[in-house]
Amino acid sequence: MSVPETKSAPETKSGVSVHVRGLRKSFGEHAVLKGIDLEIQAGEIFVIMGPSGSGKSIFLRHVIGLETPDGGEVLVDNIRVEDDSIRDRVRMAMVFQSGGLLNSLSVAENVGLYLAEHRIHPPKEIARVVKEKLEAVQLNDADGEKNPTELSGGMKKRVAIARALVMEPQLVLYDEPTSELDPLVAITIGREIVKLNRRVGATTVVVSHDRDLAFGIADRIAFLADGKILQVGTKEEIKSSQIPLIQEFISADFAVK
Amino acid sequence: MFREIGQMILLFTAWVRSLPLAWRHRRHLAEQLFEIGNASLFMACVLSFFIGGVLSLQAGPLLVQRGLGSMLGGLVAESMCKELGPVMMAILIAGRVGSSMAAELGSMAVSQEIDALRTLNINPVHYLILPRVLAISIVLPCLVVFSDLVGCGGGALVAAFNTDIAVGTSTFFGNLRQVLEFKDVFHGLLKSLVFATLIGLVCCHHGMVTRGGPRGVGRSVTKAVVNSIVLILITDYLLTRVLLPLNRFHS
Repeated sequence: MSVPETKSAPETKSGVSVHVRGLRKSFGEHAVLKGIDLEIQAGEIFVIMGPSGSGKSIFLRHVIGLETPDGGEVLVDNIRVEDDSIRDRVRMAMVFQSGGLLNSLSVAENVGLYLAEHRIHPPKEIARVVKEKLEAVQLNDADGEKNPTELSGGMKKRVAIARALVMEPQLVLYDEPTSELDPLVAITIGREIVKLNRRVGATTVVVSHDRDLAFGIADRIAFLADGKILQVGTKEEIKSSQIPLIQEFISADFAVK
Repeated sequence: MFREIGQMILLFTAWVRSLPLAWRHRRHLAEQLFEIGNASLFMACVLSFFIGGVLSLQAGPLLVQRGLGSMLGGLVAESMCKELGPVMMAILIAGRVGSSMAAELGSMAVSQEIDALRTLNINPVHYLILPRVLAISIVLPCLVVFSDLVGCGGGALVAAFNTDIAVGTSTFFGNLRQVLEFKDVFHGLLKSLVFATLIGLVCCHHGMVTRGGPRGVGRSVTKAVVNSIVLILITDYLLTRVLLPLNRFHS
């Protein structure tokens, strides 16, 4: 039996910067992003917070090149994200809201997919790396044999994080990582995000409307509402914001007045 | 409509360019071959048997009345190999395999699996489309060969046992051997290859561009099957127009 051709492992490099300039996107008559300008520094955890329907997820899809903007540009490590060569030069991973796991593959195959398809390691080495990454997100070998449809929402997200870890990414994007999760699992996921950021130094962009997550993990926060950035700042700056919508968003509770 | 045609042409180009990578995706290809062949062979045989039988049943008495009963074998074989085999098998595959392909890819699109592949720097055309379209293109001509054989068998059985026809199997197959030429079978296979590529590309395209949850998946499946069948019939006419003069030229 012939030994599969293998590539050398990708060169490890710390996080990359992201520059967004005048990003605009409309779907028909509806303008979703109305000119967004952002500078995300290499290696930081940057959280984009805002109410549902404010354009957060669409923004994230532009950053990784899944959407084409109507205007403006996104530069990752000073390379336009539409550039075909960007994925060969910058390792970018995204953890989708639903996990985005391939249901036709087992959990272990999902985690090792990047390595197998790009022939970065031989099968034995892939199995070892997959085991290591599953353990990093508190999953075991038995979980690796399962089909994604057998997993809970929290486990799916952890598998998606393991799949991102395998890439040793320089930029990781998380779309609502704690939605539909109970508080304990949400905290575990939040910790995983911080651990991954510290371990590989990857630039981390998180989109969420979860206030606890945002204030718990962010180095900086941007508040997005109605397709526009209202404010960018540290946790303290956002907490003491004078913008009524931001104040309302971060201080709202269940008390009936 | 023009936009969709343009997208399908681009998909076809990308698929053709990905063909050299087929060996690399042989595991997926083998899975698809098994799934498509396994799902369709029995139905293809049943369908073909009855198509051949109906051909005999319709044409047999008319030919016998005019003293041309001995020509029945050739008529059934020519109809099966040139037209009914390729077209009916293509329609069967569009309905049975194309619909499931569109539904599977549609569900993957809706649950962000295709986006996930892109973020892993895996080209969805190489990973998803290449093995599926290639598998259909291999399986459909094989099914057409089965269809031709079983259809002729069905026609011969009906011709032999129906009292209004009563054409023996030796007469039936004797005429068949006299009339049917290799090029007739080849033209049918050529048609089936074109139909297979069309079905694969149309169904994969509609699956990949699915938006809007389960309802979107349903819409994509309907569009995929209807468009495939319409395209099969239009292409059949055009191919027949091209192949008929060639047939006469060779004769």
